Amino acid sequence: MAVTRVFGARIKRREDPRLITGTATYTDDIVIPGMCYTVIVRSPYAHARIKRIDVERARKHPGVVAAFTGKDLEGKVNPIPCAWLIPGSDLKTPPHPALAVDRVRYVGEGVAVVVATSRHAAADAASLVEVEVEPLPAVVNQEKAMQPGAPQIHDGVPNNVAFHWKVSSGDVGRAFQEADVVIRQRMVNHRLIPNAMEPRSCVAAYNRGSGDLTIWMTSQNPHIHRVLLSGILGIPEHRLRIIAPEVGGGFGSKIPCYADEAVVAFCAMQTGHPVKWGEDRRENYLATAHGRDHIVDLEVAAKKDGTITAIRGTCYANLGAYLSTAAPGVPTILHGLMMCGPYTIPNIDYEVYGIFTNTTPVDAYRGAGRPEATYYVERLVDMVARKLNMDPVEVRRKNFIPKDKFPYTVATGITYDSGDYEASLETLLRIIDYPNFRKEQEKAWKEGRYLGIGFSTYVEICGLGPSQVAGAVGFQGALWESALVRVHPTGKVTVLTGASPHGQGEETTFAQIVSEELGIPIEDIEVLHGDTEMIPMGWGTYGSRTTAVGGAALFVACRRIVEKGKKLAAHLLEASEQDILFEGGRFFVKGAPDRAKTIQEVALQAYLAWNLPAGFEPALEATAFYDPPNFTYPFGAHACIVEVDPETGTVKIRRYVAVDDCGRVVNPLIVDGQVHGGLAQGIGQALYEYAYYDDFGQLLTGSMSDYAVPKASQLPPFETARTETPSPHHPLGLKGVGETGTIASTPAVANAVVDALQPLGIHHIDIPLTPPRVLAAIRQAQGR
Amino acid sequence: MRVPISVTVNGTVYHHEVEPRLLLVYYLREVLGLTGTHIGCDTSNCGACTVMMNGLAVKSCTVLAVQANGAEILTVEGLARDGQLHPIQEGFWEEHGLQCGYCTPGMMIAALQLLQRNPDPSEAEIRHALEGNLCRCTGYQHIVNAVRYAARKMKESGAMPVGGR
Amino acid sequence: MIPAAFEYYAPATVEEALQLLRELGPEAKLLAGGHSLLPMMKLRLSTPKALVDIGRIPDLRYIREEGNTLAIGATTTHWMIESSEVVRNRVPLLAEAAGRIGDVQVRNMGTIGGSLAHADPAADYPAAILALEAEIVAQGPRGKRSIPAAEFFKGLFTTALEPDELLVEVRIPVPVEKSGAAYLKFPHPASGFAVVGCAALLTLDGGRCQKARVAFTGVTEKAFRDRAVEDALTGKAPDEKTIASASQKAAEGVEPLSDIFASAEYRKHLAKVFARRALMAAASRAH
Repeated sequence: MAVTRVFGARIKRREDPRLITGTATYTDDIVIPGMCYTVIVRSPYAHARIKRIDVERARKHPGVVAAFTGKDLEGKVNPIPCAWLIPGSDLKTPPHPALAVDRVRYVGEGVAVVVATSRHAAADAASLVEVEVEPLPAVVNQEKAMQPGAPQIHDGVPNNVAFHWKVSSGDVGRAFQEADVVIRQRMVNHRLIPNAMEPRSCVAAYNRGSGDLTIWMTSQNPHIHRVLLSGILGIPEHRLRIIAPEVGGGFGSKIPCYADEAVVAFCAMQTGHPVKWGEDRRENYLATAHGRDHIVDLEVAAKKDGTITAIRGTCYANLGAYLSTAAPGVPTILHGLMMCGPYTIPNIDYEVYGIFTNTTPVDAYRGAGRPEATYYVERLVDMVARKLNMDPVEVRRKNFIPKDKFPYTVATGITYDSGDYEASLETLLRIIDYPNFRKEQEKAWKEGRYLGIGFSTYVEICGLGPSQVAGAVGFQGALWESALVRVHPTGKVTVLTGASPHGQGEETTFAQIVSEELGIPIEDIEVLHGDTEMIPMGWGTYGSRTTAVGGAALFVACRRIVEKGKKLAAHLLEASEQDILFEGGRFFVKGAPDRAKTIQEVALQAYLAWNLPAGFEPALEATAFYDPPNFTYPFGAHACIVEVDPETGTVKIRRYVAVDDCGRVVNPLIVDGQVHGGLAQGIGQALYEYAYYDDFGQLLTGSMSDYAVPKASQLPPFETARTETPSPHHPLGLKGVGETGTIASTPAVANAVVDALQPLGIHHIDIPLTPPRVLAAIRQAQGR
Repeated sequence: MRVPISVTVNGTVYHHEVEPRLLLVYYLREVLGLTGTHIGCDTSNCGACTVMMNGLAVKSCTVLAVQANGAEILTVEGLARDGQLHPIQEGFWEEHGLQCGYCTPGMMIAALQLLQRNPDPSEAEIRHALEGNLCRCTGYQHIVNAVRYAARKMKESGAMPVGGR
Repeated sequence: MIPAAFEYYAPATVEEALQLLRELGPEAKLLAGGHSLLPMMKLRLSTPKALVDIGRIPDLRYIREEGNTLAIGATTTHWMIESSEVVRNRVPLLAEAAGRIGDVQVRNMGTIGGSLAHADPAADYPAAILALEAEIVAQGPRGKRSIPAAEFFKGLFTTALEPDELLVEVRIPVPVEKSGAAYLKFPHPASGFAVVGCAALLTLDGGRCQKARVAFTGVTEKAFRDRAVEDALTGKAPDEKTIASASQKAAEGVEPLSDIFASAEYRKHLAKVFARRALMAAASRAH
């Protein structure tokens, strides 16, 4: 039977039928008999001492089953842990109670929970909880929080500094002394709110007889949640089952282990009722981790010819009120180590202060540290070009790591696996017809129109990652991935992956990989994920690791199937194992292709076990735990063309072209989708999105009416293209593509706006480039 | 206080007594068990809860169930007919117009409204018509492609868009 | 988000609605499209004891041409206005403003009466209503009365309506020939509400502005007509230079709103820019 080649094919997604017919099951769709509803009561104060929390009135409300405060949880629900303890940084990990007991530290922190038989009763009862506090001064800005006299948020964390981390290499001082040009610039990479369309929710069901607790939850990594919640709730890991059903996007915000799910599980255990909780969007803005939020002082040293010799910087990273699960690693390991970009910058000196403030905790948000690094580096490169009156494209070329130097260890100490940066840039320039654009721009400028182009040539670290490295950098877990491939007696296949996709399409791409490797029609393959009871231990979906690491595990498992199948086929065909070849789903004897068994026939025999070779175990399945030897480093070149309305400051994107290289491509349709979505979020940061706290710690952008999640009409059509530089260490040459668009696009837009405004002598405007902000820069430049 | 209502949803007539404050989206999801319609923002910005009410796309998180008394509602569950996907569903599938799928039901209903009013929309018109529906995954490009696909398909087949029957 | 409990009434006539308002007192609120009220109730910023749903009164939903006046019933939706041939032909400014409100779904549910009575400072209709010199008809226990648009908006979310009155109709004088109008808006990137919205209407006579009407929404806590700009145009030919110079007078002497997106200064600046753009568009359409 001929099998169509599916690896690399534009195949429409297999998860879609249920999603387009409204028959998919998201967490909030789950109903269990006897289920109650919970509402978590949250602090309206950014910083306060709790004097009294009274849930009596709430308890008496009709329909209310229970109400608890932080005191009720003491000794029963352990503090929420941080799971990335970066070494050598004097990291402080103050306790994070599941519900606040004596102090609240940000608006949105849980202080009580009510459980009721209906959604309406729970909402009404929540409004009856009385909270009496003594307000304390709050601090929301990380620099202010470090100042002497600032409100102290945690005991034992002087000046609110949670950690101080450094990466340093080469002779930076000398590089600056010998530089022809030095540019200093303060930049802000502002706070964002992830805004997965599905808010977080969970359903917890506890069986008092068996002691089994099941939690359906909006999770990107159910196994990590099982380990952490097992510790928080004191439930043995084998009694705890985490299920991530359909998950409506995460973008990092469904990685952390939050207090809320632990509180809801506690309610289920205490009341014996299954309980459901779901945040509304307002809570999502307050209680789900935010992203980014840096202030950084940067310096770059360069030679006259455009060679960049050093980068120096001090970054102040706002961590919010508590250490979220991966928070310390994001502005350090995932950020600081990427400060060389795709360039041969030999000297680097970069330090990061992680600082507590009275704001929602900050954690990984799409790109997680790499967008910030790329933004800084790409802005600096443009500044160098401007200062030297060079073309920004030339400065990039000058500093690119040449393609024959890979694997290449950059000054921060990490080793890029492969790259051909010139190739992606060349492709980009061809698509945009660069020389022509510059002519058009000259003409526009003469007409008083502000047309600009911005480039972003980026590299990112993904495919997280080698477990030894994870350990060395303090991640309290491993980063290998699991795959189980089960060929059933009828030749159908079930794949279990420890990754936990939530929109990325691996039910399709993984089936493509299996179909390619085993020669089994894709229709006969099903990919399952997101249930700790059924799936071997795995580490989830984030850091563009699902295909990069999970896909490699899958490849290895498939190879094991083939190896086992060969043994049985040899036996059945009465040939020697060495003479058995496997291709297109057929085991056959070398030189005698007609002497063959299909994989389906072999599978059936493996299960029937009537006639197995000696020592051959029945069944045909294989499990692989794949620990990657290195990270993967996708890269690419993006260009954005904008026109700025000098009267209103409005930025209009006229063209956006993304050339990405994520190694080999399993499904181009899905890769395009990943790039597009990433672009929307990166452009969102550049132009529209920002979280804003007032000095009292109130989030003033706390709804979708205030926080601008980009709309269809606010984004341009996207043009995408690819180059293909396989990862040398990945068995399929894959790299990962989930975050490239976000990482690359913010600086492309920012560079374009500054480029457009060149005639006004504007050198930098902090993002987000909202019309008022751009106009203010224009008017300042015009001396008005 | 409970108010008797009768609502036709995807062709079936339902009678219930509901609290006046019950939102239409909760009526659909939790009384009728039609969980295809989602809740995304609660402030009538995101459009995840969009359904057709008497042929008009509305945000069902900002409509009371009592306001729908006597109305005909079409939800995502009613788009396909006799096991045949609606051209809009087909378009979203063919063109990869969805990733996590959470915004998709509302997005498709909004797209249906557009194609009812403008069978051959330009890219800009599509983007404008979908302003009330937020998607965080796709960056909208594939959604635009999906709507164009559906428009083409509907034109070719001469099929009239369903909705609000 | 769940609103607090309330009682629900669905009167069939205006008289019944007024009767209910009287009986229920100030704790009752009128429900039209619900797109301003329900979000407030879901946040429990508004907790009325009762809602009187006027959306089921058939007599309130119409667009009628009465001589040189367009009469629009209070619960006529934005979509009905935006798509109405009569409105588009006779008072295109109103259709243009209606088409800029919120999004498709909001326009399908939201009503002109509800929007005007809510008096959101950033709503779109008020600017158009002011420039068109519409009349707002209120009905109450003392009968019907007509309120000129210029006297209708009193302040932030405040109108000239009495608590026991119902806005029943909007009456718009159809602009005479040789008129041109435009509504231009700078929307908030998230909410879509007007940071600045400008409605301009010019009536020419012999190439000169016999009448100029310019009104703003979004700029201050209530929509207003900008007489300084109007006066600077009246009697003059609406050429680029005249319009530019008149627009410079926009939003002078008012106290603009300020928020984290747009400062008062920015709003004032935008008002001048949008006055010019709206006037240029209006002038190009006046023939």
